[in-house]
Amino acid sequence: MSDAPAIEVRGLSKRYGDYEAVRGIDITVARGEVFGLLGPNGAGKTTTVEILEGYRARTAGSVAVLGQDPARRGLELRRRIGIVLQSGGIYPHITPREALEYWAGLYPRPRQVGEVLELAGLSEQADTRTRRLSGGQLRRLDFAIALVGDPELIFLDEPTTGFDPEARRAAWDTIRSLRDLGKTIVLTTHYLEEAQELADRVAIVKDGRILADGPPRELGAGAPHYRIAYRTPEGEAVQLDTDDPTTVLHELTGEALARGGRLDELSVARPTLEEVYLELTADE
Amino acid sequence: MSETLRLGWRQYRLERRMFWRNPSAAFFNFLLPLLFLFAGGAILSGSQHDLNKLLPAIAGMSVMSTTFTALAYNIVYLRERGVLKRIRGAPLPTGSYFGGVAANAVTNTALQIVLVVFAGRLFFGIGWPPEPLSLIVWVLVGVVAFAALGVAFAHAIPNFESTAAYVNAVFLPVLFLSFFVFDASNPPAFLKTIAQALPLLPLIEGLSGAMVTGSPIGKHLDGLAVLALWAAIGIFLGVRGFSWERAESR
Repeated sequence: MSDAPAIEVRGLSKRYGDYEAVRGIDITVARGEVFGLLGPNGAGKTTTVEILEGYRARTAGSVAVLGQDPARRGLELRRRIGIVLQSGGIYPHITPREALEYWAGLYPRPRQVGEVLELAGLSEQADTRTRRLSGGQLRRLDFAIALVGDPELIFLDEPTTGFDPEARRAAWDTIRSLRDLGKTIVLTTHYLEEAQELADRVAIVKDGRILADGPPRELGAGAPHYRIAYRTPEGEAVQLDTDDPTTVLHELTGEALARGGRLDELSVARPTLEEVYLELTADE
Repeated sequence: MSETLRLGWRQYRLERRMFWRNPSAAFFNFLLPLLFLFAGGAILSGSQHDLNKLLPAIAGMSVMSTTFTALAYNIVYLRERGVLKRIRGAPLPTGSYFGGVAANAVTNTALQIVLVVFAGRLFFGIGWPPEPLSLIVWVLVGVVAFAALGVAFAHAIPNFESTAAYVNAVFLPVLFLSFFVFDASNPPAFLKTIAQALPLLPLIEGLSGAMVTGSPIGKHLDGLAVLALWAAIGIFLGVRGFSWERAESR
């Protein structure tokens, strides 16, 4: 497999009339990476992903997906990608098994239908018409259809929206198992926890721009890296943000010991992705 | 090319299976014209002249309902449900998809015409079509025109809930006007002009020639031209405005 990135996007923008949905986005996704686009609704995540999937034409910028321009909608490229749309429908009178057999036939080297049904947790519903399936089961069928062609690159647009916590965990396990198979995954979500759990790298998107980009744990380079909290003997809660917790802690604990007192409820924490996210996406 | 054909064949088989599993589609596309035929046949059974008019009128209606009505319904349904969008993302050539969908409609039309012809022979005292080749040509031209118009008309329908209203607002007036002008011995001139400019009456008159009176296609060239023009308009609008997604996500 080549070392070229799975996805390379430079200066991507998309305009609908007067509205600029995407305003100059750069993205590089390495092969085998799970890349998360995190942002509030209307941030431009879906527009961006749908340009990568070949659904939409861009207004400006360059886009390469597996080395090809998705706007050309080449069959060869579409055979190598799998797509879970935010709301993709299915024929109401088809069964999951038939749907997977049909979709498998579109790809050169599909996975076994029975195995994919198992992976998606649909073995019991394999011969039930889709109109009788629950929302969660339909969503698992979306996954199954995207996987049955054994694609190299998988797009997941808000894959767990509307899931209960248990179903979400199950979906995360599926996504992790895909990563373990070496698949490249691009995931959009407005759930921080999901980005944090799954993504190797996260880009925070708002108003069509990327505000920050990096591994979830390192995100927020602009923000203080550590937050120290404690309670004074008078009962007042104190929070200190610092890049250098060792020194600050040394001073604080030194003072406290010199006084013969204590630092109640002392804690040192790194800001979570959530705090960075809320800070970045807050409306001024 | 062979790959496009192979995938088109698979799409066709999927469409056939989905069609028979959907009882309401099977009813409206299939049984309704036959019900009209037998109800009309029962009412008009005393008059061979009326039966001779009924048969091609129902055949024309069958062509329109299996193509125009069925495709408008299906495309709006699949578009609004997001099925078209999913298909768009799959490695399926556009030609395979539409080939399969069109072949499905043609199969329904052909089955219907065969049923109507047999009914005419067995129950209504009308013989086998005197112009079988003309019959095939008329059915084909009618299928192309009405299928293209059905696809084009789907673009005008904003959501699935209003599909029946939109389709019937076109289907029923065209049907009744064409039936009336076809049957009347001396229809008002303006109604006749309108009906002749619409695609259904020329089709019914052509089918009448092929199935009943034995007048060859050469005698209906003006009607054929009207149908061809509608076909061209339908194809142009059908291709140009085609949307794979529902409106709010565009």
